[in-house]
Amino acid sequence: MDLNFNPRELAFRDEVRVFLCDRLPDDIRERLRAGDHSAIDQDITRWQKILHEKGWGAPAWPLEFGGTGWSKTQQYIFETACALADAPTQLPFGLKMVAPVLMRFGSPEQQQRFLPRIIDASDWWCQGYSEPGSGSDLASLRMRAERDGDVYVLNGQKAWNTLGQFADWIFCLVRTDPIAKPQRGISFVLVDMKSPGITVRPTRLLDSSHEVNEIWFDDVRIPVANRVGAENEGWTYAKFLLGHERTNIAGVGASQRELKRLKKMATRCIRDGKPLIEDDVFASRIAQVEMELTALEVTNLRVIFDAEKNHAPGPEASILKVRGTEIMQRLTELQVEASGLHALVVSSRKSQADTDMARAAPTYLNQRKLSIYGGSNEIQRNIIAHMILNLRG
Amino acid sequence: MDFSFNDEQQMLQDTTRRFLASEYGFEKRASVLQSDAGWSKAVWNGLAELGLLAIELPEEHGGIGADPVAVMLVMQAVGERLLLEPLLSSAIVATRVIRELGSDEQRVRWLPVLADGSTIAVLAHDEPGATIRVENIVTTATPDGHGWRLSGCKSVVYHAAIADLLLVSARIEDGSVGVFAVTPDAVGVSLDALLTIDGQRAADITLDNVGVDASDRLPGDGGQLQAVVDYAVAMFSAEALGSLQRILEATIEYSRSRVQFGAPIGSFQALQHRMADMLMQVEQARSMIYRAIARCTDEDTRERRKAISAAKVIVGQAARHVSQEAIQLHGGMGMTDELDVSHHAKRLLAYELRFGTTDEHHAIYRNTVASHT
Repeated sequence: MDLNFNPRELAFRDEVRVFLCDRLPDDIRERLRAGDHSAIDQDITRWQKILHEKGWGAPAWPLEFGGTGWSKTQQYIFETACALADAPTQLPFGLKMVAPVLMRFGSPEQQQRFLPRIIDASDWWCQGYSEPGSGSDLASLRMRAERDGDVYVLNGQKAWNTLGQFADWIFCLVRTDPIAKPQRGISFVLVDMKSPGITVRPTRLLDSSHEVNEIWFDDVRIPVANRVGAENEGWTYAKFLLGHERTNIAGVGASQRELKRLKKMATRCIRDGKPLIEDDVFASRIAQVEMELTALEVTNLRVIFDAEKNHAPGPEASILKVRGTEIMQRLTELQVEASGLHALVVSSRKSQADTDMARAAPTYLNQRKLSIYGGSNEIQRNIIAHMILNLRG
Repeated sequence: MDFSFNDEQQMLQDTTRRFLASEYGFEKRASVLQSDAGWSKAVWNGLAELGLLAIELPEEHGGIGADPVAVMLVMQAVGERLLLEPLLSSAIVATRVIRELGSDEQRVRWLPVLADGSTIAVLAHDEPGATIRVENIVTTATPDGHGWRLSGCKSVVYHAAIADLLLVSARIEDGSVGVFAVTPDAVGVSLDALLTIDGQRAADITLDNVGVDASDRLPGDGGQLQAVVDYAVAMFSAEALGSLQRILEATIEYSRSRVQFGAPIGSFQALQHRMADMLMQVEQARSMIYRAIARCTDEDTRERRKAISAAKVIVGQAARHVSQEAIQLHGGMGMTDELDVSHHAKRLLAYELRFGTTDEHHAIYRNTVASHT
């Protein structure tokens, strides 16, 4: 048993840190640090191009598709270092979601057409899974795709679509057989967002951000060639996608970054004549979340180790999701508490000097999404109960 | 990064598990628990024959050269079976005190008799107002011509009532802390035998001007003693992991077999989520124990203590939550002493309170928070 990275991995971590120091543009870093998402599409795209130039555009892809061929440990080291450096999170919809499906189930033509444009940031992808009536119960989805010669005609609505306002393409689960059992009549299709009949409307969130959309499909015609894999087999691919690449969902690096920010805030903030961080009650709260984060970090390394040894990399990742999101949410709560009254100011005539306090409340509210998306934490607990504890419903 | 165990480590755990499976089933343990002595000499000798009492001995003293990971795996196996014999107290903690703080002569004198099980020693360290932090010790050691005089009280010293040798921590006039070997029958030593909630034999010890020969003072200092205490916390935590794992498994098994409303209660989502939470707590505890074991002999005192205290807190919180949930999910059966669940719950309660409470370790960790920005 050895909890340390080996010398090769440590050298790799140094290389990543140096690269981040040299190549992450200051303006992007500053915006991300301040919670400014006004240029998030450009920031993500610019950063993706810089990574691609370095050959690091697709950390999780195998070499044959232009990826890095990195081990899961290297991916963890890379993502953690990026998060700690306030780099934008690479857009997951292309890189981590549709790409693995294309690599596994797509035709060679689809792979050649789409994969290079994901890695060089030519195409912005978004996800068309959830619908107004289909969240956790995704298989109940109703959006239709009706065959008309070599074309599918799409009608329906997708909800909770993240950053689709910038998207060139969307991958959708659609119903191609309305009579079959819910899981049996679903297909996985790729849709050009410029297609006539698509309407994107923002869903304004509780922190006033425009992060998610509703997308309407009104007689949208797409070539049958844009279906991935076999007709009515889409549920298999969707399940594959949901179970893919979950060894990094704990967000350890991001939580470490927010813990640092919290400590900085609590050091600056004076309450009752002394820094808040010297208050025993508040320091205990920080201590608690720091210890929990430490435990999560080790648990994450254990899951990666098991995955690399080809044990099932599956259900254990649900522990990472639940604990990772709970810890991040706790950190954002504590940042609000450290800000006190200042957290309440949404806008003022003078620009608020302390960006950490200004972003605290919107971030806290925004991060409530963590335990809802990506399979809600309740669904994760179902997975743990069914898949790890072998309890049946 | 490697979370696997090597063959020697795994073999030690397997050996321990096999031995206890045949010699320490629930019924057999119950008879030991109810016996007057409260421990089994036969089991103790069995452990000695397997070499497990020599687990802390350096190879030059005839030990098996086990590393902390191997000791962790043994302690985990011992925890699964709720061992009553003084493996942790004597073969690990006291043996390590002598190994780390003792002189060559003292090692030769005591290590072999501890390893063959013929002598049982305990560290008498905790006091009414001071636990875990060596700097809080108030028992005094005063120079007295050719030796020392000890005065003070030691609280709830596990296995002291059956010990042949007490290793007493005491403050010396210059403020440093030393360890002194005392026999329980020495003049001025009185033991008040206790039975603990987790079925173990302990004692409060009063030392009234007890004479100790100069050759019975261990030359090691308070820093070395703290290192042994930290090591003890890590191994005690490994023992608790055995209980946590067992109590979780027992709860899952029970929920599969217990039928209410025409269905196994384990099929109800309200209970499934609670068991999922139990699993997450056990796994987080396991991670912290691995980390504590990896650092338990670290020479960087600050980092070592941080890792140890963080583990004690996370494991202690898991102990509380998981044992309460296990009793609740067992319903009335969890309230009886017929299943091992309640016995593990009591052992886990003892875990929370011994070697520094969860709160004490939380405070130790908390004091590192501000200086780390």
